Amino acid sequence: MEITLNVNGQEHKVDVEPRTLLVYALRENCGLKGAHVGCDSSSCGVCTVVLDGKIPVKSCTMFAVQAEGHEITTIEGLGGGANLHPLQKAFHEQHGLQCGYCTPAMIMSSYALLQHNPDPSEDDIRRGLSGNLCRCTGYMNIVKAVQQAAADMRQPAEAAD
Amino acid sequence: MSDQIKDLNPAKECRAMGKSIKRREDARFVQGRGTYVDDIELPKMLHMAIVHSPYAHALIKGIDTAEALKVPGVKAIITAKDLAGFNLDWIPTLAGDKQMVLATDRVMYQYQEVAAVFAETRAQAVDAAQLVEVDYEPLEVVADPFKAREDKVILRTDREKKTNHIFNWNVGDREATDKALAEAEVRVKQKAYYPRVHASPLEPCAIVADMNTATGRLTLYLTSQAPHAHRTVVSLVTGIPESNIRIVSPDIGGGFGNKVPVYPGYVCAAAGTIVLGVPVKWVATRTESMTTDSFARDFHMEAEIGATKEGKVTALKVTTVADHGAFDAAADPSKYPAGLFSICTGSYDFPTAFTEVDAYYTNKTPGGVAYRCSFRVTEASYMIERAMDTAARELNMDPAEFRFKNFIQKEQFPYNSPLGWTYDSGDYETTFKVALEKVGYEELRKEQAEKRAKGEIMGIGISTFTEIVGAGPSKDFDILGIKMFDGAEIRIHPTGSVIVRAGTKSQGQGHETTWAQIVAEELGLDVDKILVEEGDTDTAPYGLGTYASRSTPTAGGALALGARRIREKAKRIAAHLLEVSADDIEWEDYKFQIKGVPSKSVTTQDCAFAAYTNPAPGDEPGLETTYYYDPPNLTFPHGAYICVVDIDKSTGEVKVRRFVAIDDCGTIINPMIVEGQVHGGLAEGFAMAFMQEIVYDEEGNHLNTNYTDYLIPTAYEVPKFETGNTVTPSPHHPIGAKGVGESPTVGSPAAYVNAVIDALSPYGVSEIDMPISREKVFSKLRAAGVEAF
Repeated sequence: MEITLNVNGQEHKVDVEPRTLLVYALRENCGLKGAHVGCDSSSCGVCTVVLDGKIPVKSCTMFAVQAEGHEITTIEGLGGGANLHPLQKAFHEQHGLQCGYCTPAMIMSSYALLQHNPDPSEDDIRRGLSGNLCRCTGYMNIVKAVQQAAADMRQPAEAAD
Repeated sequence: MSDQIKDLNPAKECRAMGKSIKRREDARFVQGRGTYVDDIELPKMLHMAIVHSPYAHALIKGIDTAEALKVPGVKAIITAKDLAGFNLDWIPTLAGDKQMVLATDRVMYQYQEVAAVFAETRAQAVDAAQLVEVDYEPLEVVADPFKAREDKVILRTDREKKTNHIFNWNVGDREATDKALAEAEVRVKQKAYYPRVHASPLEPCAIVADMNTATGRLTLYLTSQAPHAHRTVVSLVTGIPESNIRIVSPDIGGGFGNKVPVYPGYVCAAAGTIVLGVPVKWVATRTESMTTDSFARDFHMEAEIGATKEGKVTALKVTTVADHGAFDAAADPSKYPAGLFSICTGSYDFPTAFTEVDAYYTNKTPGGVAYRCSFRVTEASYMIERAMDTAARELNMDPAEFRFKNFIQKEQFPYNSPLGWTYDSGDYETTFKVALEKVGYEELRKEQAEKRAKGEIMGIGISTFTEIVGAGPSKDFDILGIKMFDGAEIRIHPTGSVIVRAGTKSQGQGHETTWAQIVAEELGLDVDKILVEEGDTDTAPYGLGTYASRSTPTAGGALALGARRIREKAKRIAAHLLEVSADDIEWEDYKFQIKGVPSKSVTTQDCAFAAYTNPAPGDEPGLETTYYYDPPNLTFPHGAYICVVDIDKSTGEVKVRRFVAIDDCGTIINPMIVEGQVHGGLAEGFAMAFMQEIVYDEEGNHLNTNYTDYLIPTAYEVPKFETGNTVTPSPHHPIGAKGVGESPTVGSPAAYVNAVIDALSPYGVSEIDMPISREKVFSKLRAAGVEAF
């Protein structure tokens, strides 16, 4: 069936089966490979994208058809090239990634978290990211990255220095 | 310190080495622009799905694919019969056994691969796989190695030897050890089971196999930690010349040893593209990954330590029963069927020791990968560190004091262990002292005594481990006969930028940064101008890949020595440019200068330009080299870890209050990356100590096939870590580095477990196996009569 997905401000007309999961529609129909697949039980979180600007969603728990009418933001829509989002910058600067497989989703979950809570405590961050697994970093530098990004986003002028 | 290390000139500020340079690979990952195998799509590509067995042991009476073939989009279904036509129904394992690719006349473990379906879409392939009808006749299941040992049911009917026993491997002096134990004033026995676990990189195994029928070239995009080794294996089993096989290992979403073996899914996809002439993609689901990837550990160990009353160890004996599953597919160097388990004497000066491992077939998934570990070192380290604590308790000594009494002393290196290894270097006392001071050991013991008096439960766990990594020297180490050296190629372009290629393959280790740092340091170049490429067998020099903490010990050496070879040539060019003889040139402050005349100098970049525009007379133009480095010995990183836990006596919950980890991995290339790897390994150690375990029932049913049941810790469970380093450079490695990625996984589980036992010891608890669940602690407390409230 033909549906229209609004991804990163762009409309994608895609032909999917009713059972197609959003993550596969994003990856295979829209060509956006930043959301990954790591499990089949919605446990690992590497497929996380953001719905309507602030709701983190594991895109393997949602059918593509259910996403119609929503604004979907993926890592590709967050920033790129010379205009990296403060979270992307912070993950790099704080060494918050190693193999990179969980990274786009970890950043999207962090993005949603900071929309709800611009000044999270370490405990808030650890709870907020507990739907996203990482096997490489032990999470410590991910927490630091989110703290740095949160500070940057609260004071964008200072961060630009 | 050897001349090789002096060459680094540690007395002065380095240019690139030892700096926390931010990773150059990050840019694509933070933008979601990495390229993992599942991201690769080729024209006309088919998708493959696999039919798995619901039984752990059964005869196959028939396979009916008629209904499945009717599903729209299905192009073909293959079974073992089809593979037999290509001699691919069985493949050799690294351990000298063979394993089925698809089940022939029987299945040997639950979820074993039975048939492969090829269809236009992923969904069609999965739909059709569900319609393949297989007629099974269940057989008696042996899911326990101790039951297998009885040989009542022989599992491998295809083998000449009618026994489930695979091998007995032993090292050391059995008689002398038994005698020393018999004469010991104190004898302490310690049992420990290291549970079967799954390494679980978040990216499952995957392949895109592409046979170009016009050129006859087979390209495999593969989740491979060892692309060259895999190319050689593919060539050997298919008969296709290596020159017609290209393996590309693109970005890899974590490996941890999981992506070392050749899996049946890969072979089926390759067979599919060869037969069908179009590309085939297979991406394992998490359930497939959990149930059919090689497992790790599954060692039932027992150690006995002999000691004097004063606490000096006199002998060590360790015996192990290993569960290898249905085929012996353990991934170890050929001469070492139980890996490097004979490092089990650890950091301690045992005058005599003996160890043996007996391995058995069972109706379980085959494997035996070194999950973030250098070939069974994790098991060995866990055993000795647990046993040392038990012995200290038995002797009524503080476990720290007991360790100090028995450490191999700094002056004893190179140290010949009773089990045959020559430890290159170490300074166990210093590292341990740093850890004890950082954690505030004495105060913690005082606090613990006060808490115990009040009935509160607190524990302190120590692990002062030694690793053995960097396989390895070709005199002892090979895989399928191929010696375990590694290669590096360095090409300096005319304008002084560089491409570096190596036989290793990063899966998150950050080689694109650290390899550049080594070359930049040796040649006085900017890290930013050095591109590092790995994973493509068409371009990378031969090497056996990245696992067992071998990349820096092997390829790291090749890079440094290759760069020094280039520097020798550049020196001749510098002499030509400065119009003096090469003997009058010295390498000083990252430049070639006329001896004692700093104003008369040229850089490597100047020499590179001249190599193409104005070569030295009589010298070959160009500036590049390929270096194969065969390390003279392994490296022996070590560390001292201390864990502090508080236990809730009502619920049994263990809270890790602090974890101090001091590592000594020799020379450090990039402190940020080392710390990051230590964090990750400590988290995986935590996972094994408290959460991860593959569980089977007696019928061989795999009970936790995905992450809802196989527990991976999140940011919320994993504790905070306090890290640090001491630096004892390896005397034989060109830059003195030893490797670090696995130290924390090897060293930490014993620290966590020892902390829990230390906490519970006043209640008579001396045994608890990983993973330490709340229920286990709760039951121990209740059994000891501790009131919940």
